[in-house]
Amino acid sequence: MEITAQTAEQLRITPEEFELIKQKLGRTPNFTELCTFSAMWSEHCSYKNSIKWLKTLPREGGRMLVAAGEENAGLMDMGNGYGVVFKIESHNHPSALEPFQGAATGVGGIHRDIFTMGARPIAALNSLRFGNLKDNKTKRLLAGVVHGIGHYGNCFGVPTVGGEVYFDECYHTNPLVNAMSVGIVKVGKTVSATAEGIGNPVFFVGSATGKDGIGGASFASANITEESVEELPAVQVGDPFQEKKLLEACLEVIETGAVVGMQDMGAAGIICSTAEMSAKGGVGMRIDLDKVPTRQQNMKAWELLLSESQERMLIVVEKGKEDAVLKVFEKWDLPCSNIGEVTGDGLLQFYMHGELEAVVPAYELVLGGGAPQYAREYKEPAYLQEIAKFSVNDVPDIKDATELRNVAEQIIQLPNIASKRWISVQYDSMVGAANAGTNAPSDAAVVLARGTGKALAMTVDCNSRYVYANPQVGAAIAVAEAARNIVCSGGEPIGVTNCLNFGNPYIPEVYYQFVKAVTGMGEACRAFNTPVTGGNVSFYNQNPDGPVYPTPTIGMVGVIDDISNHMTLDFKRVNDVILLIGKVKNDIASSEYLHKIRGVNYSPAPYFNMEEEKHLHEVIAALIKNKAVQSVHDVSEGGIMVTLMESGFNRGLGFDVSFNNHYVDESNERNDAFWFGEAQGRVIVSVADEHMEAFLQHIENAGIETVELGQVTSGDVLVNGDNWGNINEWKYKYDTAIEKLIQA
Amino acid sequence: MKFGVVVFPGSNCDRDMQNALQHDMNKEVIMLWHKDKDLSMFTTDDCIVLPGGFSYGDYLRCGAIARFSPMMQSVVEFANKGGKVLGVCNGFQILCEAGLLPGALLRNGHQQFVCKNVFIKGADSEVLKIPVAHGEGRFYAEDVVLDELEKNDQVVFRYCNEKGEVGSVNDVDLALYNPNGAVRNIACIKNETGNVFGMMPHPERATSVALGNVDGLKVFDLLGLN
Repeated sequence: MEITAQTAEQLRITPEEFELIKQKLGRTPNFTELCTFSAMWSEHCSYKNSIKWLKTLPREGGRMLVAAGEENAGLMDMGNGYGVVFKIESHNHPSALEPFQGAATGVGGIHRDIFTMGARPIAALNSLRFGNLKDNKTKRLLAGVVHGIGHYGNCFGVPTVGGEVYFDECYHTNPLVNAMSVGIVKVGKTVSATAEGIGNPVFFVGSATGKDGIGGASFASANITEESVEELPAVQVGDPFQEKKLLEACLEVIETGAVVGMQDMGAAGIICSTAEMSAKGGVGMRIDLDKVPTRQQNMKAWELLLSESQERMLIVVEKGKEDAVLKVFEKWDLPCSNIGEVTGDGLLQFYMHGELEAVVPAYELVLGGGAPQYAREYKEPAYLQEIAKFSVNDVPDIKDATELRNVAEQIIQLPNIASKRWISVQYDSMVGAANAGTNAPSDAAVVLARGTGKALAMTVDCNSRYVYANPQVGAAIAVAEAARNIVCSGGEPIGVTNCLNFGNPYIPEVYYQFVKAVTGMGEACRAFNTPVTGGNVSFYNQNPDGPVYPTPTIGMVGVIDDISNHMTLDFKRVNDVILLIGKVKNDIASSEYLHKIRGVNYSPAPYFNMEEEKHLHEVIAALIKNKAVQSVHDVSEGGIMVTLMESGFNRGLGFDVSFNNHYVDESNERNDAFWFGEAQGRVIVSVADEHMEAFLQHIENAGIETVELGQVTSGDVLVNGDNWGNINEWKYKYDTAIEKLIQA
Repeated sequence: MKFGVVVFPGSNCDRDMQNALQHDMNKEVIMLWHKDKDLSMFTTDDCIVLPGGFSYGDYLRCGAIARFSPMMQSVVEFANKGGKVLGVCNGFQILCEAGLLPGALLRNGHQQFVCKNVFIKGADSEVLKIPVAHGEGRFYAEDVVLDELEKNDQVVFRYCNEKGEVGSVNDVDLALYNPNGAVRNIACIKNETGNVFGMMPHPERATSVALGNVDGLKVFDLLGLN
């Protein structure tokens, strides 16, 4: 078979890249070799169109124990001799085609990234985005994705403790499925994804390899079109039972002291793990592909190299300690096969039945080595002009009490705001017996980290409509909201993992969104001292109708040193005083209210001020530490009204509140902005009588604005003196809205 | 009373059970591997626990493969000698498959996995809040078997509402409190001799003040496993 630029193009390698490959090898590659470049230089593996900008993010400092991108996941110091390992990753493309397996293997993949470092995963979160929930296709995708996440996570035995779900037309063809895993490990007990020691054996462990998922990495690096369904073999099939055994066996094999390095096989399977481990250690590998356990006959070399069969690991073992490794995998009834050895020449040599099938320098395949890095051009999208034209004065305000109540009733039943109960009950959220949020809900998930004496607070956040409206500010808001959620739960934010979901990077307007979003994210991460430990970029979330909203999902982890500082979001006691900390702003921009009730699609990002936000977090942290507040809940989608409702639901307590004439800009006092505006940097607290003095002292010292809204009641909801009925009636509507839409 | 917790491949509540028994209940616990058979360190005053999870990946049918493991042969022997055995969730399924308890656990009535706090109640007990997490937890047995279970006081806990009210067949509102559609709202049963217990709710997830729920301790008390 003659290898030409046409062959290369069929493998999604550009003519320029093909020339570069020939130049690096000093010859024309054979088909198998070309396949290895196709996978490794795909967007998914090489970050070729994003790495230039990712390097502008704060990627070290704080509590980081390894630099960003160095290992499979971020590792940060949580104190008392323990580290927290966490990462988020997308599985958007497979989930669009086969939602159940696509989402399931996304969960499996992210957990493997955590335990390949020697950490035990203790919690999972996810960020999901779909089209309009009234659409049957969306219902099918939602049901499939949720079933897939539950199927894998529940069996694997790690609780799904938090997440977010958004519905918007822009995700109709391209749903987003981002999965995050958090684990803990004793400092000094981590395993590196490095190959070292010439002559050390290389072991393949875990499930047998089949033809599933071949080309997955390059599939994920293209737009989704009608022809995409023909790529179904690019979707992997997961088996959580195998992964559970693999987890226990891997953690056990590390204890033997025989492991030199370990990496999971995710995207681009064997080729990616051998290339990255070798390149990192400055070594090569000689691999006998026919020794890889297979579950299909007559697999070719390139199929074995590219297969993305799940639940597999590559382990470099210290020579002479092979038996200890074999014994552990035999105990767990998992295939374990010596497939080659580490060599000193930096070359990956793949043999099949004694025949040399491919020779590639490991360095040339990987990010940071020979993989290309591009600076793409970018251009401000035209729609931003539409957004700039928005004037709040063109939008009618809520005119009377009847309309106010009416709008409130609609708002709490909007799919982006209503309870996600239908989804969350399908996940085992309590396995591990460490989810402190089950009986004491907070803005962030709070999980006890057994053995460490501490708890971790964790959250995933991104309002992509804000990012669409202003990529730079919107991305900064995503970071700020994540930090706010952790602070409101009593935690100290320590680090970020990001999942950057965008359209086609070759379109300058899309790349503009990417560049600006990364810029805003970097500014905010510096401001909140939360370095980016790693993550994942997912481009090509695009179809013939256009790209999705720019969606830079932020996964953030915080530490709660003293568990008695775990703060909850629910009202506790009748007559406690309800206050807003932060400003009342004349702002309805990009709110659910403006978008869904008033039907305005183009408006700026909501009010956001980084300095005020930081100050707010300091004040909230101090109030919690000094036990001056009974509940803390941040104001986000749906504004103050939704925050109040959610604060009341857990204990069935109501509230008696009134419009407070406390606008910063007194020339324009809008009802809708007061109750439903989504200006950032605001939190609602409840304060007990006996703590009021201390509370007010704090506020005065801090010099932060507060607005008294009213009191907690035993169940009645009173707004501006009108009785809106019992809080439980509102809770019922909020709880069942999504179920009703799904069943409709 | 000493406890043994069996670890099957795919068990995922084994460590939670160990933690609850050791740290929250101050009990001696020995972890038992499914490929072993030795139970000589236990007397019939002790208790063997089959924890929750997905033993053998729930392949074929929940609990159907685990019952053939070497350790289960010893557990059956132990139970027949009068030793105490508790199966939680997947453990309950295994006990039914092994024939140590009557009935079967079917796919939930609503066809979905469900994880949440539910309320359960014994004949004379207070109402207890305990988590469930299962896809196949709908207890089923033929009417004659059920009548026999009731006659012998072998139904230990039933699903109920917060006030302790248990639903009847036509009671739509109370049916909401039965998380899986279990026949006669059955959440936990014991064998005729009263030494083997199976339950779908997870008491080991509710034994710590830090998690805000210690009702699980009362479950162990009521089963006489303390």
